[in-house]
Amino acid sequence: MTGSQLSNHDLQVKSLEYRRDILRCIYGAGAGHTGGSLSCVDILNVLYNRVLNVGPANWDDPNRDRYVQSKGHSVEALYVVLADQGFFPAEQLSTLCHGGSPFVGHPTRKVPGIEMNTGALGHGLPISVGMALAAKLDHAPYRVFTLLGDGELAEGSNWEGAMCAAHYELENLTAIIDCNTLQITGRTREVCSNEPLDEKFAAFGWKVIEVDGHSIEALSQALISRASGQPTCVIAHTIKGRGISFMEHVVSWHHGVPSEAEYGQALEELEAQLCELKGVAT
Amino acid sequence: MSAPAPSVYSSDAQRQIARLGLEKGRANLEVFAETVQALAEQDRDVLAVTSDSRGSGKLKPFGQALPRQIVEVGIAEQNLVGVAAGLASTGKKVFAVSPGCFLTARSLEQIKNDVCYSDVPVNVVGISAGVSYGALGSTHHSLHDFAALRAITNITILAPGDNRETQAAVRWAASHAKPVYLRFGKAAMYDLGESSVPADPRQAMVLRDGTDVALIGTGEATIHCLLAAALLEEEGVEARVLSVPCVKPLDIDAIMGAARVCRAVVVAEEHSIHGGLGEACATVLLTAGVTPAFRIVAIPDEDTYTGSQAEIFSHYGISMEGIVAEARDALAAQGATL
Repeated sequence: MTGSQLSNHDLQVKSLEYRRDILRCIYGAGAGHTGGSLSCVDILNVLYNRVLNVGPANWDDPNRDRYVQSKGHSVEALYVVLADQGFFPAEQLSTLCHGGSPFVGHPTRKVPGIEMNTGALGHGLPISVGMALAAKLDHAPYRVFTLLGDGELAEGSNWEGAMCAAHYELENLTAIIDCNTLQITGRTREVCSNEPLDEKFAAFGWKVIEVDGHSIEALSQALISRASGQPTCVIAHTIKGRGISFMEHVVSWHHGVPSEAEYGQALEELEAQLCELKGVAT
Repeated sequence: MSAPAPSVYSSDAQRQIARLGLEKGRANLEVFAETVQALAEQDRDVLAVTSDSRGSGKLKPFGQALPRQIVEVGIAEQNLVGVAAGLASTGKKVFAVSPGCFLTARSLEQIKNDVCYSDVPVNVVGISAGVSYGALGSTHHSLHDFAALRAITNITILAPGDNRETQAAVRWAASHAKPVYLRFGKAAMYDLGESSVPADPRQAMVLRDGTDVALIGTGEATIHCLLAAALLEEEGVEARVLSVPCVKPLDIDAIMGAARVCRAVVVAEEHSIHGGLGEACATVLLTAGVTPAFRIVAIPDEDTYTGSQAEIFSHYGISMEGIVAEARDALAAQGATL
């Protein structure tokens, strides 16, 4: 929730801890979307720890900020961040995808902190347009953020929503593209190219900001800023599988689940990064 | 001078209308628009969301009177339902209005996920539904909507049969904190002659008592059940007529009650024979072991006949004559003498 005094360094530490927790969830469940969760988790980190005015304490406040995760398959990243925010005890994540668990493999309102059920692609932006429009109609102060995958942008409903958001000049709406350039079949550029994304969103009437999607500082600046009279699209350039050497840029980790050995190696890599980060700071 | 538009009411049917003293009202669609505007005038959170459909939805007066409360998204039904869900999630009382044919097909996934699965109280309003668009063809017909939506959990499916049922359904939907599908045609409807319409449209209504055959109708087919009962009465057959404005959840007690006292059941609906009210009733009855002679009067599984709504209804027997013929056939199958 906004107002925290966490430094960039603190958030960098959190990102590594989140990556560790994501892998723990997926390894425990034997299922999950590993690559995309690792590509978007820095975005979620900045949103929940620095930008969004939302948390367990104000969940019932109609003026809370809204976050809708359109790329619902990367739910493990979201669950881990919500647990860290105190929406529910982190131990509950051990039930991910287990029989009877509320922790379904895509976002569900059964889990505290989730605004809308998502998972079918191309839904989050129109929903977010509706939320942002409601705020505008009521002159309410809240902002609305949605996270989309770059591969997801092939869904036509996104462009219906994009057109509508610009038409209604929804300056309280920010769409973030987790642009990791990979989807389940391969390179998005080769599956069905959507480039140039910046020009497309600009042509639809959006303010476009491109950032390093793993830079806490760059993400913070982009997500805190808001345009005047138009919605904002933050194209976050990310790496699928970010943080784990053998997962980065490898398409099979889209929903790959690590073996015991791979899980051990991944944890070692994250621990080494954590030590290095803390060493630099001390 | 062009020939007058064909009527779905034959001269014999018009004689029964006169005999029953039924008054001709307006299109249910017009009553919907008027009712939702009245609600919106009292509550600024009531919104209409349209996809270039305010004209066909009879919502131009709403838009002129309450411009802040109508949201136009252009010809984009998926966005229509997604935006409606987002608005409703913040507490708005939303009526998402678009032709039933597009709304329940192109944006079915948005209805399933954004509205029903996320459990936000959007009123999904299918206008000019069934074969209201007549000769415009199958692209513009919604004969699948009951079937598609019945298989989705967490939505009430309403198809009012006359103006008073429409008004009650719209008022109930506005106050119901769950997803609702409302289905309206654009033909002027006769008053079904009920003494009073329940405030809760999930309740079926016995329009006429009888113990020989039960005629069960929904939406714009219900009036033809009533007329069929009047004609059968002249032949000495006592028909019970049940108006079922709610296709899901079904008023099981009313269906069972009718089927238990009658030897035959005929269900009439402006829908495919597959997956609509007829099959819903059949399931209820078979499951309970109640097996009257049973017929469904609906649109068969074929390339739909070209014509106006009246011509399509007549072609497939969604008419007084067609329902009477099915009733006779069903009773004959039970060995009854007419």
